[in-house]
Amino acid sequence: MEPTDSNIIDDVTSGDYGSKYGFRSDIDTEIIPPGLNEDVIRIISAKKEEPLWLLDFRLKAFRHWQKMTVPDWAHLDIPPIDFQAISYYAAPRQKKAPGSLDEVDPQLIDTFNRLGIPLEEQKLLSGMAVDAVMDSTSVKTTHRAKLAEMGIIFCSFSEAVKEYPELVQKYLGKVVSYADNFYAALNSAVFSDGSFVYIPKGVRCPMELSTYFRINASGTGQFERTLIVADDDSYVSYLEGCTAPMRDENQLHAAIVEIIVENRAEVKYSTVQNWYAGDADGRGGVYNFVTKRGLCRGVDSKLSWTQVETGSAITWKYPSCVLAGRGATGEFYSVAVTRNRQQADTGTKMIHLASDTRSTIVSKGISAGHSQNSYRGLVKVAANADNCRNHTQCDSLLLGATCGAHTFPYIDVANDSAIVEHEATTSKISEEQLFYCNQRGIPTEEAVGLIVNGYAKEVMNKLPMEFAVEAQKLLQITLEGSVG
Amino acid sequence: MNDDILLKVNGLHASIGDKEILRGIDLTVRRGEVHAIMGPNGSGKSTLSEVLAGDPAFTVTAGSAEFHGIDLLALSPEDRSHEGLFLSFQYPVEIPGVSMVNFMRAAVNAKRKYLGQEPMSAADFLKLMRSKREVVELDGKLTSRSVNEGFSGGEKKRNEIFQMAVLEPCLSILDETDSGLDIDALRIVAGGVNKLKTPETSAIVITHYQRLLDYIKPDFVHVLYKGRIVRTGGPELALELEERGYDWIKQEIDNE
Repeated sequence: MEPTDSNIIDDVTSGDYGSKYGFRSDIDTEIIPPGLNEDVIRIISAKKEEPLWLLDFRLKAFRHWQKMTVPDWAHLDIPPIDFQAISYYAAPRQKKAPGSLDEVDPQLIDTFNRLGIPLEEQKLLSGMAVDAVMDSTSVKTTHRAKLAEMGIIFCSFSEAVKEYPELVQKYLGKVVSYADNFYAALNSAVFSDGSFVYIPKGVRCPMELSTYFRINASGTGQFERTLIVADDDSYVSYLEGCTAPMRDENQLHAAIVEIIVENRAEVKYSTVQNWYAGDADGRGGVYNFVTKRGLCRGVDSKLSWTQVETGSAITWKYPSCVLAGRGATGEFYSVAVTRNRQQADTGTKMIHLASDTRSTIVSKGISAGHSQNSYRGLVKVAANADNCRNHTQCDSLLLGATCGAHTFPYIDVANDSAIVEHEATTSKISEEQLFYCNQRGIPTEEAVGLIVNGYAKEVMNKLPMEFAVEAQKLLQITLEGSVG
Repeated sequence: MNDDILLKVNGLHASIGDKEILRGIDLTVRRGEVHAIMGPNGSGKSTLSEVLAGDPAFTVTAGSAEFHGIDLLALSPEDRSHEGLFLSFQYPVEIPGVSMVNFMRAAVNAKRKYLGQEPMSAADFLKLMRSKREVVELDGKLTSRSVNEGFSGGEKKRNEIFQMAVLEPCLSILDETDSGLDIDALRIVAGGVNKLKTPETSAIVITHYQRLLDYIKPDFVHVLYKGRIVRTGGPELALELEERGYDWIKQEIDNE
């Protein structure tokens, strides 16, 4: 029998962020003093022994960033951020790039074990390779050798710069330019590490590739970059997970993900984002300001974003698809949950530049407590792109009367042959539904879990199996105590 | 205290907002009995069933209800269910996205947890679903759909009796289960109720029409009017109401 909503919910009768993810690890960490100027950028670049072209890229980005202002158009109330009070480099102090697991600090291994991410290859799910990123640095990438046999490159960004500089230089900043937006410019100036993936022509990646991001150090920001290149006729499914300790201060996370999809290639990118969301009064939590974009430049290429967003005090992110190859397909499936004082402004952009391109958007917002949950999405069809199609389904579910759900759809169509559809619903879990469940013996909390998981099922079904189970548990735990 | 008494309601008053709807209900149901409750619209029939099931929309202002020796009104709605009270809703609500299979498994396992039993295995549960579906001739396709979503009126009512069959209550309250049913569906639903009937279980059947009582034979017929039971009799009372309507009772009561 299939693993269904209810047995998963049965399994999870209690749980909270604190015990599972909220712990801090006492790890010897190298942190540079707070502040941001060209010297800091030179220090970061030097620590990472980067080539000159990369330092130039960073400095250009920094100089551009200095001329930019914080974006204020989102439906978010963001307290002013003192960018000089943040440390831009924190790395667990360990010996140079560990060759084997024996060389990795046991404390680090323990940290990831507690998060359910064993770094020993034999303990991992056989179908998954993991790049574990703590603060600014990649700790360990598993299964590299096995993947390399097929010509697949999966390593930390820093290693990619050293080992495949021509590939990195060719693609870096080509999808998200350093001038794209304020946080993209900041990331381009100070990014520390992240993952690099290259799938060669005609190769179907045999396992899920996964990056697990962990913020640990206090007073730091995390600025990672992910670059995925899927060459002609290749396929890869990529997963991203994120957690952080519970701290009273806010932590800044400003990442960039760039994806390039060539002819007939397909990339599935899945995220379960569970950064610390702050406490019930809105103290602490991660500011998650992320730029994710894929360029489907190949004919009949396909990019699919799936995200389950339960964490972060503030989320600002719009994973997007630029459909530049004829017949390309872009998909965006999202569940965004906000509760307490959380704010989320998230959605997607589907840019149809070529003919016969198709896109699908399914967004499911769930709001509880005093939270604000906004969907913001753009569907754009260029004048010379014929026969494009988009379908957007945008649903909001409200739990309680003090939360807000908002929808900001932008549609910009310059070609008459396009078919663009937008459907939206707003619903509440009604007293009648809860009483019906209660009458059948199902307690209210469990009933809410059933209804929410049912509501989000269309998106959850898009996640790879191992992730779907985790994500359903996460939804249930997140909403505990949200209805009463 | 008679051991055969399953439900004893005494002087029950209940309100919604500041509007009093039940104004002193007395009702005793013994094991094995079927009680029919009839009455004109707005007399409080549905309210009685919802108050007994614990709908938080209503406030009990006076009176008591004892359910096989337990203070029913002190229990949460889900515990009333676990103790064996089942309400077949007049208007079963739709729950989009939640499949009947998942819904019923949650219900069955919640009850087993309450009784200190292990959750039912998936294989046993599916077997249970299959056997109970036959009781009301419910199409297997319906149980893989979301709870009541897109069900016809008749399918919703059959689905209620199906759930009753799965949960095996000792007291079933059927709130106008016959409304909106054609004659074939009525026969199936009533047949289902009769199949589930044992000497240990009881039913309260709320209806407007005698025709349901042709299929489900009541031991007692009560007339509810203005929040009180104003007449009690045998099956012949239902026939008399069918013939004469409620006006004569209304007049007698209003003149008192």
